[in-house]
Amino acid sequence: MPENASALQLVLSGDPALYAIVRLSLVVSLSAALFATLIGVPFGALIALNRFPGREAVVVVLNALMGLPPVVVGLAVYLLLSRSGPLGELGILFTPQAMIVAQTILIAPIIAALARQTLEDLWNEYRDELAAMDVGPLGRIATLIWDARFSLVTALLAGFGRAAAEVGAVIIVGGNIDGFTRTMTTAIALETSKGDLPLAIGLGMVLLAIVILVNALAWGTRSIGQRVAG
Amino acid sequence: MRAFAGDLPIVLEDASVVAGALTILDRVSLRLAAGAPTALIGPNGAGKTTLLRLAMGLIAPARGKVSWDGSESSSPTRRALMFQRPVMLRRSTAANIRYALAAAGVGRSERAARVSELLALVGLASLGERPARRLSGGEQQRLALARALAKDPAVLFLDEPTASLDPAATKAVEDVIRAVSSRGIKVVLATHDLGQARRLGGDIVLLHRGRVIEVSPAAAFFSNPKTPEARRFVAGELLV
Repeated sequence: MPENASALQLVLSGDPALYAIVRLSLVVSLSAALFATLIGVPFGALIALNRFPGREAVVVVLNALMGLPPVVVGLAVYLLLSRSGPLGELGILFTPQAMIVAQTILIAPIIAALARQTLEDLWNEYRDELAAMDVGPLGRIATLIWDARFSLVTALLAGFGRAAAEVGAVIIVGGNIDGFTRTMTTAIALETSKGDLPLAIGLGMVLLAIVILVNALAWGTRSIGQRVAG
Repeated sequence: MRAFAGDLPIVLEDASVVAGALTILDRVSLRLAAGAPTALIGPNGAGKTTLLRLAMGLIAPARGKVSWDGSESSSPTRRALMFQRPVMLRRSTAANIRYALAAAGVGRSERAARVSELLALVGLASLGERPARRLSGGEQQRLALARALAKDPAVLFLDEPTASLDPAATKAVEDVIRAVSSRGIKVVLATHDLGQARRLGGDIVLLHRGRVIEVSPAAAFFSNPKTPEARRFVAGELLV
């Protein structure tokens, strides 16, 4: 990284150190969003379509977990993966894999809770028609997920946005190792405290751009959904 | 003629449906057999919708029993129900019908031809690609009718099929109902529109406060109602 370069120069010149950090952040948070969707959507669907004792408590807890503090998730995953922890033998603490695990745990409840709400609303609307059409349990879930796909993509993007912007979980389980587990948010925290403001500001600009892009995608998905499905 | 085995006649014997302390249907006995359409009439809250759901097999009676061709358990594979406010799936008009065909077990290769046939039957051939939720009220009603017909039913239940439609849209829906009935499909429709019952009904069932008050052939019901409630209803008085 050239000395005395301004934040804008770093971003526009495609500074390799800066872009390596951006790339790692995207890989970690996108992977987490993908895994969290694979876990969260079926889980949300299960709660949306079934009545069982304690269901309301599960919904309340799930909604509360949307506000899970990242540092708490980081601490829990740290304890799990540390050498003396139950999963210590995997040896993945302070690696990108550990960061993906932590962010998946952080955002799976967000995606599950949003999916639960979306699928339950649609289910209330479709229930009678699907019963009259004699559609089986698996067919119902498939129909709801398909017809709610645009809203579910929005849930995925919300999860990704949360993961990309958090610092607490990744700094604890990733360790902010230069060139290996340093993400945009952990780098900003470090560079700011070191006084290297251009890099911190440059990363902040990229992060903001990504957040805006994600929201634009969510908005675009919504309007495509309205055009296709009415 | 199609085979009716498994569905008709539908026989209700002293069937009651309750919701909490409220009795929605009170010891209803009724026999729905093949033939001309049966019109269920009566004021709002008389139990028409509940009777349709019961005969469809979507709900079970709290007391009494319902049987389809003698069997008390029968999955609704050859019975179809069109709800008063049908819900359009968030798909195109054609995709709504395709979905119903798939749910009815119609093979992939046959679906395209059946979709065009059903769209033409209900007069929506030119609107196949439009999102179903963008259709007008009358068009949605006709799409719901096509969707109900997708499973090639032996019995078709219709809940207020033309409520809140204008005369032209009502006529379009009634024409389809007549065509369906002439194909040998038993139509059972709930309506509070006496004119519609007169136009379509072969038999009339008058419901009031969850009870069957009178069952008569349409001509006799309108010219010579037997019960005081039916006389008042036919005379256009408000039955409350």
